[in-house]
Amino acid sequence: MNGIGLEHILFISTALFFIGVYGFLTRKNMITMLMAIELILNSININFLAFNKYLYADKLDGLFFTIFIIAIAAAEASVAIAIIIHLYRSLKSIDVDDADLMKF
Amino acid sequence: MSASQIIFYIIAAVIIGGGILAVTSRKIFRAAVYLLFSLLGIAGLYFYLNYEFIAAVQIVVYVGGIVVLIIFSVFLTHASGDVMKKPVLWRSVFSALAVIFAAALTLLFISEQKFTATAKSIEITQNNAAALAQNSTVDSTKNIHFFPAVKDIGKQMLSTTEHGYILPFEVVSMLLLAALIGCIVIAIKIKTKE
Repeated sequence: MNGIGLEHILFISTALFFIGVYGFLTRKNMITMLMAIELILNSININFLAFNKYLYADKLDGLFFTIFIIAIAAAEASVAIAIIIHLYRSLKSIDVDDADLMKF
Repeated sequence: MSASQIIFYIIAAVIIGGGILAVTSRKIFRAAVYLLFSLLGIAGLYFYLNYEFIAAVQIVVYVGGIVVLIIFSVFLTHASGDVMKKPVLWRSVFSALAVIFAAALTLLFISEQKFTATAKSIEITQNNAAALAQNSTVDSTKNIHFFPAVKDIGKQMLSTTEHGYILPFEVVSMLLLAALIGCIVIAIKIKTKE
């Protein structure tokens, strides 16, 4: 831990969060958008663990939040991929611009 | 620069480099592999913070589960060698500008914020540093949470007392069951008689 402060780890998680946001804004492919969401969720996990480590080393709450976020992210990814595969069957494409059946 | 710092910067480079390549690569399979490296780097960061259990969970769930699922869905929905369309120029420019300004603002807030650790937390950290400096084994009764053992995590996870997490644990189990059934219902192929 010598020399590496909380700010270093917060810098990584901030960078990762905004990389994920950039990917979410620019991508048009549903699977790559899902990957960007995974990056965002992981940056949140890094934040929870870093705050737990550096500010509240006597507690374990950040750890539990991380475990629950990982579980929920796994559920979210599996449902999202099921929806993507179903959309691919009916539209033959996973581009978000093609999925406009409910637009009008 | 100590070895610990060098390791930290290598991990940071893997995480951020993998992340940038994962959102900019135009071959979707390569993007998935770059995401895998980024997630492995995050697991390395958890090891660096002495959270071995979370690092193991990260590798098992993300690298072994979600990335494999993503790669399978890429195989199901893409022909090999497909290259994605380039994003429209104005969209990538405006996204990049928005993201850079937001990141700069956040980093400004972080650099100005004074983070204060609780007194107990400082005591535990100093105990641990002293033990490491003397190269002696860490007193596990004093440092029970600095290197959290799986036993402590399990005890608090399933405890029904004030700081127990049994209720969210049970709710998450229901959520996973619902997600399981939902996935089967959504992705099942209905055979139509013709």
